[in-house]
Amino acid sequence: MKENFPLNLGSNPPMVRFSKVTKRYGELTVLDSLDLDVKQNEIVSIIGPSGSGKTTVLRMLMTLEEINDGVIYVDGQPLTHMSQNNLLIKANEAHLRKMRNNIGMVFQHFNLFPHMTALGNCMEAPMHVLGMSREEALARSEELLEMVGLADKIHEHPARLSGGQQQRVAIARALAMRPKVLLFDEVTSALDPEVIGEVLNVIRSLASEHSLTMLMVTHQMGFAREISDRICFFYEGKIAEEGTPQQIFEDPQNERTRQFLSAVLAAN
Amino acid sequence: MQNYVEYLQTYGSRFVDGTLVTIQQTLLAAFLAIFVAALFGMMRLSEKWLVRGTSIVYIEFFRGTSLLVQLYWIFFVLPLLGVTFDKFTAGFVAVGLNLGAYGAELVRGSIEAVPKGQYEACHALNMSYYKRMRRIILPQALLIMLPPWGNLLIELLKGTALVSLISVTDLMFEAKQINGTTYLSAESFGTAMIIYYLMARVVVSPGMRAFESYWGKKMGRI
Amino acid sequence: MFEGFELFPKFDWKWSFVFEILPRLLWATLNTLMAAGTGYAIALVIGLVFALAQRTGIRTVTLIVREIVEFIRSTPLVLQIFFIFYVGPQFGIRLSPWTSGMIAIGLHYAAYLSEVYRAGLESVPRGQWEACKALNFSMTRTYFRVIIPQALPPALPGMGNYLVGIFKDTPMLMVIGVAELMHAATALGSTYYRYLEPYTMVGILFLLISLPTAFGLRRFESFVARALGMRK
Repeated sequence: MKENFPLNLGSNPPMVRFSKVTKRYGELTVLDSLDLDVKQNEIVSIIGPSGSGKTTVLRMLMTLEEINDGVIYVDGQPLTHMSQNNLLIKANEAHLRKMRNNIGMVFQHFNLFPHMTALGNCMEAPMHVLGMSREEALARSEELLEMVGLADKIHEHPARLSGGQQQRVAIARALAMRPKVLLFDEVTSALDPEVIGEVLNVIRSLASEHSLTMLMVTHQMGFAREISDRICFFYEGKIAEEGTPQQIFEDPQNERTRQFLSAVLAAN
Repeated sequence: MQNYVEYLQTYGSRFVDGTLVTIQQTLLAAFLAIFVAALFGMMRLSEKWLVRGTSIVYIEFFRGTSLLVQLYWIFFVLPLLGVTFDKFTAGFVAVGLNLGAYGAELVRGSIEAVPKGQYEACHALNMSYYKRMRRIILPQALLIMLPPWGNLLIELLKGTALVSLISVTDLMFEAKQINGTTYLSAESFGTAMIIYYLMARVVVSPGMRAFESYWGKKMGRI
Repeated sequence: MFEGFELFPKFDWKWSFVFEILPRLLWATLNTLMAAGTGYAIALVIGLVFALAQRTGIRTVTLIVREIVEFIRSTPLVLQIFFIFYVGPQFGIRLSPWTSGMIAIGLHYAAYLSEVYRAGLESVPRGQWEACKALNFSMTRTYFRVIIPQALPPALPGMGNYLVGIFKDTPMLMVIGVAELMHAATALGSTYYRYLEPYTMVGILFLLISLPTAFGLRRFESFVARALGMRK
């Protein structure tokens, strides 16, 4: 039961709010009383060394993992908890399923359904989760696949597509659910260098042409700098520094941030 | 060689009759085994301990005792508890229940072998348990379990030979009868073995491989 | 098909009968264990022969042995038992039930074990063979000092499963009169005209032996796996 947390965030809430969120794996504290806000339509990139808790932030927002302490809000409503008799208690599966429709995720290893075509992958959830009719789902999926530049590949199975193409299908699939928040978990880390560009282009056009709140964990510093509204540098489970791309990349205040950036940029 | 041809001309039809009974037993046992395997295999993965426990008891019991003992028990002892099967039914029921237990482990293993990423994608797309299993997980699990199921079906075919011991007139039974009257053991048992071998190698194995190929293509395998 | 259902009409379990037949059943169990052990030992050796014969590189030998193995695996064990027991006299050789049974089980499981051995051998990296050649090891030394020790751990689960499998298949020997457990139970059943206790006790005895054995084998396998991991 959470006593010190509001039941909802009132008018004009941030799209995502992490409120004193803690995550532990046994003895190890991966996220330590994290406070993080993401405004509507904001694009936030999370950078940092491995093990700093970046991916855990996304996974908890996607309810793939449970939090140990704190509350996560999405669009003003609690995600990890629900209100009962004016108190916040741990959310049950029914509540989670209701809230989960607002959040979408694109994975590092795509996780496309191998036995369905690109079109089939995109149509699956709208039809079977949102209850959309076949015609509606078909129209929407075709539109999305065209938008990511795969109009000529909609009837191909994932095995016949390159990594870059598969990831673009994965993006279209996530968008088909019209989520309010879209999460990108190192989506180019498993791609060959020559196809990274095509995926980043899709994300870039998403950022500029659609009103979508996006949270990205990435190692692509140049890209993060280019499209993000805000950068969060994570270190050992906490936000060590956050700011605009200019602030973080040109004038980092924190020593750790400086170390990390110089190591990453030197490697390139 | 000439003697063997004469032998086949005399007894061929009886071998055919026996083979037909063996085929019936095999098909019926196979349907039962598939049903049992699917049921108990999935129950084995349940989070509720009662469901999981029941399936573990079933699987360990039928795998821990031999088919022959189970067959005799079903035919001779079950009537004393009120459940009476005729010998034909007792035959395929025993074989089906026994091999279904092995099949259940195959079902469980292949569901567990489906990559975790698939579950995460279903979670991210907010799919319910039933939709996830039916549309995404089980089709992929089926492809994984087809090769070992091919072997299992051959074991099932061989298992039906035991029903001859409760006097079901299958291929094995006919071979024994003919041996009893002719004393031509090599011809009698040898012919039976050749027929079992042909059924396994020429019908079951290629059939399973064909299905594997078909389902593989359906699952998007190149 | 399904003839009747009344709740437990003739179920009158007599413990006195159980204790009366128990000594004979336990004695027969010992016989069963001996049969399983002997059959397994034979299968272990012949299986190795089958496996190695397929690695000689001589295509004809490989093909013939391959077909023999496939044939044995595709035909029922009970039929093979009958074949070996009855075919002998047809050509003048009289084999005792025990001997026929051991040959049949030995050959049958040798075929299965050969597949397990082959998988184990195949899992040894090619580089090991090449290193032995570079060091000019004889084939015998290569196999016994380098290859087999590495091929054994992945093969152990399969080998363990077949040990339990042989034990459960011993009842088939009753059809040629080997005095194992099922045979004794059937004899008792027809003598006293009561099958309930004998057959149920057989089932229980089998479970009492096979379940702990299977469990113990699994523990042994993880022990071996861990021991190897530490050595690596």
